[in-house]
Amino acid sequence: MNIQFASFNEILAMGGHGLYVWVAVTVSVAVLAALLVVPWQSHTRALNQVRLRLERHAGGSAEEGVD
Amino acid sequence: MHAIRKQRLQWVIFTLVASSTAIGLVVYTLGQNINYFYTPSQIARGEAPLGVPVRAGGMVVRGSLVRDSESLDVAFDVSDGVAQLRVEYSGILPDLFGEGQAAIVAGVVDADAILQATEVLAKHDENYMPPEVADAMGEAYRQSIGSGGDY
Amino acid sequence: MVTEVKKWQWFYRLGSPRWFYEITGRWLPWLLCAASLLLASGLFWGLLVAPPDARQGNSFRIIYLHVPAAILALVGYYIMALAGAVGLIWRIKMSFMVMKSAAPIGAALTFIALFTGAVWGKPSWGTYWVWDARITSMLILLFLYLGVLALQRAFSSAEMAYRASAILALVGTINIPIIYKSVDWWHTLHQPATLKLTSASSIHIDMLQPLIVMICGFYVFYVVALCLFTRAEIIRREATSAWVRALVSNESSR
Repeated sequence: MNIQFASFNEILAMGGHGLYVWVAVTVSVAVLAALLVVPWQSHTRALNQVRLRLERHAGGSAEEGVD
Repeated sequence: MHAIRKQRLQWVIFTLVASSTAIGLVVYTLGQNINYFYTPSQIARGEAPLGVPVRAGGMVVRGSLVRDSESLDVAFDVSDGVAQLRVEYSGILPDLFGEGQAAIVAGVVDADAILQATEVLAKHDENYMPPEVADAMGEAYRQSIGSGGDY
Repeated sequence: MVTEVKKWQWFYRLGSPRWFYEITGRWLPWLLCAASLLLASGLFWGLLVAPPDARQGNSFRIIYLHVPAAILALVGYYIMALAGAVGLIWRIKMSFMVMKSAAPIGAALTFIALFTGAVWGKPSWGTYWVWDARITSMLILLFLYLGVLALQRAFSSAEMAYRASAILALVGTINIPIIYKSVDWWHTLHQPATLKLTSASSIHIDMLQPLIVMICGFYVFYVVALCLFTRAEIIRREATSAWVRALVSNESSR
C-alpha cells in the first residue's frame, strides 16, 4: 500500500495527465455533492412550507392541497 | 392478481414489447450505418463509399510506419488480419498511437487506394495492467495485442 | 372500478410513505457514513495507490469515476422503470415517488459518465467526443432521464405526470441493453467491457480492487441520494396528511 507519487507536485501533475484526471475528479465530486445538497434543501423547504401553512391555518382547516 | 391490475400489467408488457420491437427494427434497419468505422477488408471489398469521407479502423502494422523527417507527414498500414490499407496523414498523432496498436483514421480513399486521412484516433483495448506486469509479460503481451482481431 | 382504486389509494397513502420516511430517517446517517467511507477510500486507493496503466499512464485513473457512474446510470434506469411499472399496475403512490426521484440522480450519473469519458478520451483516443454507438446511446440515456424529469413538470395533475413519465421510462428500457452490448454489436471507438459478467475481468487485480470499492461506494451513494430525493417528494405530496403535520409541529415545539 504505497503511494505511487513522491511529492504533492507529482500528485498534481499525474505524469502529465494531471489536468484531465483532476478536472474529472472535481466535476464528478461536485455533481455527487449536488445530489445530496439539492434534495436536502428541497426537503427543508417542503417542511418549512408545511410549518407556514400550519401557522397560518392554526386551528382552522388545512385540507387544501399543497403543490 | 386482481383483474384490473392484471389488465394494467398487460398494458405495461405491451408497451415494453411494442417499443422494443419498434426500436429494434430501426436499429436493425440502420445496421451497418451504426458502425463507427469500416475494416480494411470491407474497404478492399468495396463496401465503403468512394470519394466521400469514411473511417477505417485496424491495427497499425509493425514496421509500416514512415515519418517524414522535415514535416508532420506520416504513412502507415492498418490491417484487420485479412486485408491491409495504406494511410497517409499530416498532423500530430495521439499519444497512444503506435505500431501494433489499434487506430481509427478518417478521410477519403483516393484512386491509388490510399486513405488520405484528416484525423487519426488511437483505439485502446479493454486490458489494464501495471507497467511491471506488461514488461514481465513482455513479448507475449505485445504479440497478443498485435494480433488481436477483435476490435 | 373507481371505488376499487380509491380504496387502495387510501390504503397506500395511509401506509407506505410514512413507513418509508421513518425507516429511511433511521438508516440514512449510517448509509451516508458508509458511502463517504467507501468513496473516500476508493478514490484515495485508485488515484494515489493503484499502479498506473502500462499504456495509458495515469490518465487511466479516470476509470475509478467513469465506470462506477456508468454502471449506476444503467442500473438506476432499471430501478426507475421498475418503480414506474409497479406504480402503473398497482397505483402505488410511493412507487411513483421513487421513480420520480430516480430521474435526477440518473441524469447526474449519466452526465458524470459522459463528462469523465470525454476528459479521458482526449489523452487516450485523441478526441473528446465521437458519435460512435456507445457514446451516442449513452447520450440518448441522458435525454431519456431529462425527458422523465421534464414530463413531471408538463402536467398540472401529479397523477397524470407520474403515469406519463412512467410510460416514457418503460419505453426507454430498451436503450439499456443497447448501451451495454453496443461495443460488441458494432465497430466503436469505445473499447469492449473490462468488467465482464461471465468471464474474468481484463484488469490487473491491483487496479481492480479499488474499482470494486468505488462501485460499492456508488451503489450505497445511489441509495442515499434516492432516499433523500424521495423523502423530499414525500413531504411535498403528503403535506396535508396528519402525520406530516404532526411531524412538523413536533419538530417546531422542540
